[in-house]
Amino acid sequence: MSSTVPILELRGVNKSFGPVQVLNSVDLSVYPGQVTALVGDNGAGKSTLVKGVAGIYPFDAGEYLFEGKPVHVTEPRAANALGIEVVYQDLALCDNLDVVHNLFLGREQSRGLVLDEITMERRATETLRGLSVRTLKSVRQQVSSLSGGQRQTVAIARAVLWNSKVVILDEPTAALGVAQTEQVLNLVRRLADNGLAVIIISHNINDVMQVSDNVACLYLGNMAAQVASSQLTHSQVVELITTGRSGELGLQPEVVSQASA
Amino acid sequence: MSTNVTDTDIPEAREETGIAQALRDYWGRVKGGNTGSMPAVLGLIALIALFSVLQGGVFFTALNFANLLNQGTAIIVLAMGLVFVLLLGEIDLSAGFAAGTCAAVLGVTLTNRGWIWPLALAAALLTGLIIGLVLGVLVAKLGIPSFVVTLAAFLGLQGVMLLIIGEGGTIAIQNDFLLAIMNNNMPVWAGWLLWVIVVLGYASVSLRAIHNRRKYQLVSPATSVWLAKVVTLAVLLGAAVYILNIQRQIVRPGRQTCVSVDPVNQPVGCIPVIQGVPWAVLVVLILLVILTFVLGRTSYGRHIYAVGGNTEAARRAGIAVSNIKISCFMVCSFMAAIAGVLLASRDNSVSPTTGGAQTLLFAVGAAVIGGTSLFGGRGRVIDAVIGGLVVAVIANGLPLVTDQSGIQYVVTGGVLLVAASVDAITRKRTSAGG
Ligand SMILES: Nc1ncnc2c1ncn2[C@@H]1O[C@H](COP(=O)(O)OP(=O)(O)OP(=O)(O)O)[C@@H](O)[C@H]1O
Ligand SMILES: [Mg+2]
Repeated sequence: MSSTVPILELRGVNKSFGPVQVLNSVDLSVYPGQVTALVGDNGAGKSTLVKGVAGIYPFDAGEYLFEGKPVHVTEPRAANALGIEVVYQDLALCDNLDVVHNLFLGREQSRGLVLDEITMERRATETLRGLSVRTLKSVRQQVSSLSGGQRQTVAIARAVLWNSKVVILDEPTAALGVAQTEQVLNLVRRLADNGLAVIIISHNINDVMQVSDNVACLYLGNMAAQVASSQLTHSQVVELITTGRSGELGLQPEVVSQASA
Repeated sequence: MSTNVTDTDIPEAREETGIAQALRDYWGRVKGGNTGSMPAVLGLIALIALFSVLQGGVFFTALNFANLLNQGTAIIVLAMGLVFVLLLGEIDLSAGFAAGTCAAVLGVTLTNRGWIWPLALAAALLTGLIIGLVLGVLVAKLGIPSFVVTLAAFLGLQGVMLLIIGEGGTIAIQNDFLLAIMNNNMPVWAGWLLWVIVVLGYASVSLRAIHNRRKYQLVSPATSVWLAKVVTLAVLLGAAVYILNIQRQIVRPGRQTCVSVDPVNQPVGCIPVIQGVPWAVLVVLILLVILTFVLGRTSYGRHIYAVGGNTEAARRAGIAVSNIKISCFMVCSFMAAIAGVLLASRDNSVSPTTGGAQTLLFAVGAAVIGGTSLFGGRGRVIDAVIGGLVVAVIANGLPLVTDQSGIQYVVTGGVLLVAASVDAITRKRTSAGG
């Protein structure tokens, strides 16, 4: 399923907020059909990197390639137009609307003036089926009545409803229990199996090892390493996160000392 | 990979199995905190029963029923507009005086300036739109809390109204068409025709929706549920039309000897009959249908709910949040303008008290009692009608039971508080479910 051509590639991107350099010449490659886990300690720059990709905080310097071509993503709409969707941690669903309404929010289907509820409901059901979501009793349920995992599911389904190519998830399992985490991770896996490129930010190494194809580790704004998950052990990932290196992998000692200085 | 999925599958397309299932579903929603209009409907029935027992001879008469509608109409229309603002989680305290100001514009242009009535009416309605635009821009663009903006407008518009009318003055409305709205009734046959149109209209629209859903194998209400709803509507509206079609002219023994059906050639000693559905009911009905369609069936309406439910989510979904907010304030003030015209028609005049006193509080009360949330995101236009009827029944029935206005205020305030409590508890329940 996986391809050797990255759908999204960053080369040497920088980002500073005033005098603080948050991202320092970061490289990242994201492949269709693969789950790329983005890990790193608090403040390493994961969210900043993702926001740069999504066009919320455009990068200061560096190359941004999409499907091999350089693009300028300076606002969220540009990212959406490319097929990049982000699911933020605070999901941003409307509790007072049902699942269908939320999935189509802002992009409702109408016939003339009138909302085409039937088409929307059928497409919603199809999309959820396509993702093998079996946890929703009815697509006409109000979102306020859903569990945390179900809400996450709706938010993810919303991101893939529009033929998106890259889906970015910022800590999708942070607030979930064991069973619901499992559900969401299965869903993430299926997204990739359906051919999407998925970037998942997580602090949970077990989740990362379970779901990802490769791991990209940020250390104080530097990309310590991007390695296939199968070639990493749990403890190596921990080491990369905490020290920026692990054996042959990771940053050169002088980079580490420079970064932490 | 293992699946720990324990929940049920997406249900295969099915028809919900009849009325029992519909009731169970409804009970489920109530337990989940979503009570809808049911408390208000039950309250309405209870109040009517109570007043009928206490003062049946006066309260439960055709004349009083018509009076009650006459008192309630402007409040209902005002409340319909307020639903739009309440859906955003905002408030418009100035709607009452917006109604008064628009009525003043109507009175001055029509009577003092001698404009033809369509022009005067247009001026009044336009005034409403402008007031709403200003309020909406101040709230949405400058970010001033609507409570403050509309409190300022509450005072300001009161002044504007005085300036337009001139201190202490009262402007008479003499146009036949405008007076007819609140003072004349439909012919008896027209009342029944209206009943047929409404019932058949509701029946066919809802049946078509069910058929469409079945065609695509989507979950749809059972035919028995549909039939029960149509029959209930037909019976309730039929009863109302029947009562309103009863002759309600008071015949005082000794003074008038007869009532005459012929409005032109009155036999000596006779007075004309009063019977039929007030034209104002038609106005409310048309507004109800249009606004319900807008809120429930268009993407604009959907966006209003979204902004009220989660502004940030609406913004991220690409909805122009400030435009939605501004438009809702405009709808509210526009409906206030219509209410102002109705008040002017009812009183045959415009005075500095038009739209004042408890008009606004009654209208907000009506929307909330009907089931519209003060927290935003939940409410329907029909809430304004049901809640408005509750308010009208209280305002009409209490004076018949007690002449102490203190008790009347306390009871009305109490009812509003109960409605607001139901609203707050509902909100707690639904958010606890998430
Ligand atoms: N808007 C901003 N202005 C200034 N500094 C910022 C801004 N956003 C992030 N930073 C800084 O950038 C650094 C990286 O933050 P970022 O949110 O990307 O980290 P993270 O890896 O997502 O951390 P966490 O795991 O805690 O979410 C932090 O030191 C943070 O203080
Ligand atoms: Mg973060």
